[in-house]
Amino acid sequence: MNAGQSASFRRLFDEVGPVDAVGIEERVAKYTTRSIKKSAKLWGLRTAVTMVDLTTLEGKDTPGKVASLCQKAVHPSDDPTVPPVAAVCVYPAMVRHARRALGPGAKVRIASVATAFPSGQTALVTRLAEVRRAVADGADEIDMVINRGAFLAGEFAKVQDEIAAVVAACGEATLKVILEVSELETYDKIRAASFLAMSVIRPGDFIKTSTGKTTLNATLGNNQVMLEAIRDFYLATGTAIAMKPAGGIRSAKQALQFLIAVKETLGDAWLNNKRYRFGASSLLNDLLRQIEKERTGAYQAPYYFSEAAESY
Amino acid sequence: MASLNTLPKFSARRPGRPAPELIFGDLWTYDPAPETADPKLKARYELFINGRFIAPKSGKYFNSINPANEQKLAEIALAGPAEVEAAYRAAQRAFDTTWGRMPGAERAKYLFRIARLLQDRAREFAVAETMDGGKPIKESRDFDVPMAAAHFFYHAGWADKLDYVAPGRRVAPLGVMGQVIPWNFPLLMCAWKLAPALAMGNCVVLKPAETTSITALKLAEIIQDADLPPGVVNIVTGAGETGAAVMGHRIPAKVAFTGSTEVGKIIMRSLAGTDKKMTMELGGKAANIIFDDAPLDQAVEGIINGIFFNQGHVCCAGSRLLVHEPVAGRVVAKLKQRMKVLRVGDPLDKNTDIGAINSKEQLTRITALVKSGVKEGAGLFQPACTLPAKGWYFPPTIFTGVSMSHRIAREEIFGPVLSILTFRTPEEAVEKANNTAYGLSAGVWTDKGSRILKMSTELKAGVVWANTYNKFDPTSPFGGYKESGFGREGGRQGLLDYCRLV
Repeated sequence: MNAGQSASFRRLFDEVGPVDAVGIEERVAKYTTRSIKKSAKLWGLRTAVTMVDLTTLEGKDTPGKVASLCQKAVHPSDDPTVPPVAAVCVYPAMVRHARRALGPGAKVRIASVATAFPSGQTALVTRLAEVRRAVADGADEIDMVINRGAFLAGEFAKVQDEIAAVVAACGEATLKVILEVSELETYDKIRAASFLAMSVIRPGDFIKTSTGKTTLNATLGNNQVMLEAIRDFYLATGTAIAMKPAGGIRSAKQALQFLIAVKETLGDAWLNNKRYRFGASSLLNDLLRQIEKERTGAYQAPYYFSEAAESY
Repeated sequence: MASLNTLPKFSARRPGRPAPELIFGDLWTYDPAPETADPKLKARYELFINGRFIAPKSGKYFNSINPANEQKLAEIALAGPAEVEAAYRAAQRAFDTTWGRMPGAERAKYLFRIARLLQDRAREFAVAETMDGGKPIKESRDFDVPMAAAHFFYHAGWADKLDYVAPGRRVAPLGVMGQVIPWNFPLLMCAWKLAPALAMGNCVVLKPAETTSITALKLAEIIQDADLPPGVVNIVTGAGETGAAVMGHRIPAKVAFTGSTEVGKIIMRSLAGTDKKMTMELGGKAANIIFDDAPLDQAVEGIINGIFFNQGHVCCAGSRLLVHEPVAGRVVAKLKQRMKVLRVGDPLDKNTDIGAINSKEQLTRITALVKSGVKEGAGLFQPACTLPAKGWYFPPTIFTGVSMSHRIAREEIFGPVLSILTFRTPEEAVEKANNTAYGLSAGVWTDKGSRILKMSTELKAGVVWANTYNKFDPTSPFGGYKESGFGREGGRQGLLDYCRLV
């Protein structure tokens, strides 16, 4: 990167400002003391169901597994009032199987992790070809990973240009940019990377915390840093970017805490699945279990809820 | 592919469009979540003298009111001169016969017992504290009660290590202490006053504030349960006259007062010429200083915590915001945004951020000062919020465009009201921060470590918080400069104020 480029990024990072880790963690600890009861709880749980990207990302994924995942996504529960989830999230090779299972124009969308997920360590042409193929196979959404190697080496222009190239390769498909926060490590970097991505993606595209393939995934802390970045970007530019925490959100209680963060940071316009998603697999059944508990007043045994995915 | 030349500066908004706004509406409203633990209140509270609860000779009682709904909670005994006399005699007897002679390791056992009993009954105490004082249950539950217990634990640990309080010297207790505490942290102030005094071997006559006596008298129940020798702690309740009797009595070797600077001065005047030791923890008008390189979102959290914690009824509240001019607009905009999601209302609701104002008098005072701010031309902002119909409430309030000569920048408001001033250079920030009769606390927000150290040496304030605000710990001494008082509470320094060196 030449001196001019590096100066221009320094200006961007100066402008977006630093993040104090202690302060962020104190802020999010307050979300966990909110007490959500009765109808507010039910609303939160049902909304969370509609925000789930039901995910399977395993080497042993088969067309059969993906078909059962799709069935679960469309009918999460025996209770017909429970809405379908937002999307299924699969590897590129499974996209066509998912499309076959769901049918064309299905309400549940198909997301695919392209760009040499989870490391992203292949040539850009290969990654772009993967994106185009996934879209051609029927993916509605592409979850890409940023080039962390370039980011940590300070090659910010390269990171950003690659994101822009994936935007172009997506065509109509929605893009989700995975920052892989655990590899960026500091909140300052997470905030900077959020702005780097947001400046080149389209309204309605997402920034996403993690692949779910590293030790630390979505936390309330890095969720908050990214929500605040989205808020600042929106207020400055008018462009509304969506958010997807992924990995590590297993319980309904956690999901409600993430939603409280959304409500109190970005407000009502982000409390829907066009602007907020959960990348998760085991979360869904806990949400269903809690919904059933609110309905009947008693917890049901786990085997009352059908299993469809067990990764993340 | 976007090249750097086309890289949009993130603050560049497309022209001709309405300014984007966030909607904090009622799409997802929280259901009421009241704390339902039983506060186990008695209909009537007596005086705690010589280990027993006794009725006042005068037969007079006054009401303790719940500021959240203006309903009577209990009747509190009014102590007259006779009861104050009895309390001091009991304390002196206890000092001479039991407590003053007891080995520190033995005293520690009692203090540990008090701390544990308080933890056992934490929820009950939190609810009582909230009902009596109006503070949100999440604060009494997560701050006041655990911190009070922590003070007893900490000082219990000191009781058998007093030889290390003043290296090279031995320490001895002073005797009987007279203590008067305020209404903003009723239980916690009891702990701040009692724990170091008792650890050092002193005996105490303590008077809580008249609007918030209940948790002090509940603590007396714990003191009884802990089997503390009679007379070691005596609690007399009443208003100003009782307080004057406690402060002006001949027996105490030391008086400790926490409250307004005005009353502190009266006490100091009345005790001038006596050989009594004194510590005073009085008012404040703290500056919270935000530099342009600060982490702004966390600074905004710190501002919120600094001024709206406990409805601003905090002597060290960050009531003057000094913000660096280049970021003033952004900080105020973020602050207003953040204030929109503060929840004002029933203190017993677990989701309430700002509770009730402690008393009608205090509400009147806050209202008058806010009116003066408007009259003097400062810009008022209050977020839209519906306050409960009954009870004493005040919405979170900020004033922009405040200068050092505004009344709201000089006088302690002791309510949820923030005055915002700007500065250009670090020197100007220090000058403005120190341009006050008070000097209890200050906050500094910057990403630059060396600036924190420089500011903290130049600010005339007993506590300087860096990139945080309102942090308390039993190990950390707390106290003021100038008219914010003298003496320290907490830590080794706090213990030194409860002993003599021999």
